[in-house]
Amino acid sequence: MLTPFVELLDSPIVAINLGLKMFAESLESQGVEVCQVDWVPPAGGDEELADLLDKLM
Amino acid sequence: MASGFLIRKNQYYDSVFLMGVNRRISEVKGVQQSAVLMGSQANKELLAAIGIRDAQIDAAQPNDLVVAIVAETPQIVEDVLGRLDEWLQPAVEGAPVSARRSLEDGLASKPNANLAVISVPGEYAAREARKALEAGLNVFLFSSNVPIEEELRLKELAARRGLIVMGPDCGTGLIGGVGLGFANAVRRGPIGVIGAAGTGLQEFTCQVHNAGYGISHAIGTGSRDLSDQIGGITALTALDALENDPQTRVIAIISKPPGTRTLERLIERFKGCRKPIIGCFLGVRGNLTDSATAFRPAPHIGGQASTIDEAVQLAIAAVGGEPAALPTLPSAEEQEWVVREKAGWAPGQRYLRGLFAGGTFCYQTQQILQDAGIPAHSNAPLVQARALAHPDQSREHTVVDMGDEYYTTGRPHPMIDGTLRRQRIVAESRDPQVAVLLLDFILGYGASMDPVGELYNAIVEAQQTARRRGGALTVVASICGTDGDPQDLALQTRLLKEAGAIVFPSSARAALFCCRLLRGD
Repeated sequence: MLTPFVELLDSPIVAINLGLKMFAESLESQGVEVCQVDWVPPAGGDEELADLLDKLM
Repeated sequence: MASGFLIRKNQYYDSVFLMGVNRRISEVKGVQQSAVLMGSQANKELLAAIGIRDAQIDAAQPNDLVVAIVAETPQIVEDVLGRLDEWLQPAVEGAPVSARRSLEDGLASKPNANLAVISVPGEYAAREARKALEAGLNVFLFSSNVPIEEELRLKELAARRGLIVMGPDCGTGLIGGVGLGFANAVRRGPIGVIGAAGTGLQEFTCQVHNAGYGISHAIGTGSRDLSDQIGGITALTALDALENDPQTRVIAIISKPPGTRTLERLIERFKGCRKPIIGCFLGVRGNLTDSATAFRPAPHIGGQASTIDEAVQLAIAAVGGEPAALPTLPSAEEQEWVVREKAGWAPGQRYLRGLFAGGTFCYQTQQILQDAGIPAHSNAPLVQARALAHPDQSREHTVVDMGDEYYTTGRPHPMIDGTLRRQRIVAESRDPQVAVLLLDFILGYGASMDPVGELYNAIVEAQQTARRRGGALTVVASICGTDGDPQDLALQTRLLKEAGAIVFPSSARAALFCCRLLRGD
């Protein structure tokens, strides 16, 4: 069955990197299309508020 | 002694960057201790542990930067904190023009994305991974400290959607030749591998490359995937995909012993697999030998390997290659080394101390030592009876996993930064009973750019310490890497030899040589 994971194995990777920038740099150096997200804790780190925001989105 | 701290509200940096800043600050003359971290609960506890407590720190939030210094004089504290912008300068220079701050921002920029690589702090990782899966992305989850219940929910969600979660706590992967996380430059080829053991997966792929063969895909599962709580969801997804992948002709699985029910489930799956399977379950032999036939679905060549090296040999044989035979007996050169090294030891020198960056290497080494009748103590022991009372206190033969949480909470992993291993090498050399120092070095993307250089002086100093006592310290090392890695494998090997180490191309062979040294055969 052609699942999105099986497709990944056979297609160019297009990555979103959340967190450590060195992983995005490493992907870039390998010629991979990558988008670096300079992630920050959602809702200033308040988990309850972040849960609430997730539900609203 | 003086101390001080500074809090910057809403100024978030990733942990590897902050570790670099902290290292530079800690090198300032007169600074005794420093901490540069985000104000998460775990980090605030770390600060309390070094004696820095304040109501303002208690009130700091996870996206507030906290910098704390203990120094010889108040002037030094003031100087360092006053120059904070200078220390943080590389982040300012490297900052993107329009910063993306969330997965949603990333998706807006790359709507055709097919993979999320997630390395945010563990307490937020499951939330981000769930959002990525819901957006249809496969996930490589580097973050650790994700609760196992969350892991199960994520993997069930992924399975329903035909996606995969590689992780959590997934250090490495190779998808279609692209290295994820800590990975090596490895050519493509017909051997597929699934690994619940990060450095084990790196060792396997490097050895396949170094033998002239290649990897189709190397899929990390995270260390708990084969536990009965998770049931191997990621491993089974990977197996289905590799079975149907036209590039892959043999599939190897590398892991510590799986849970009993998960192993049964895997064996059932192996029986129906159209491609040969190589099972390498480190740490336990007896129980698995009984089921070895399950790994040989006729007419394919497959089998059960007890070390990563054996798994490589079996995989190469399965694709019709001719692997170099594993050395069962020491070469004439090795025999000479054994005689030479032992001749230098003082009468009381008898113990091995292994200091590992790779957790899989620490585990596999214990297994090899145990098979040779040499039980070793460890902070990550094969059996609980040989657990060290404290990770910092070696006794008799000891092997230490320096990538363990005790050493990496709030600190860089030894694959990135050799500071703690340097200190431990020197400390071990002061024990007059230590005869052999065993080290591993891991090259590749993400790893230290000069892992041998970082430990070079400590290795030389340790040997001098032993010589001053009238003995000698034998240093045995292995390097996990390829000729394509950015660190220059040949240079790193040469440096190690210059430092006086005996160097092997695999961790298993280094461990076997140590057995010969200790037994004298």
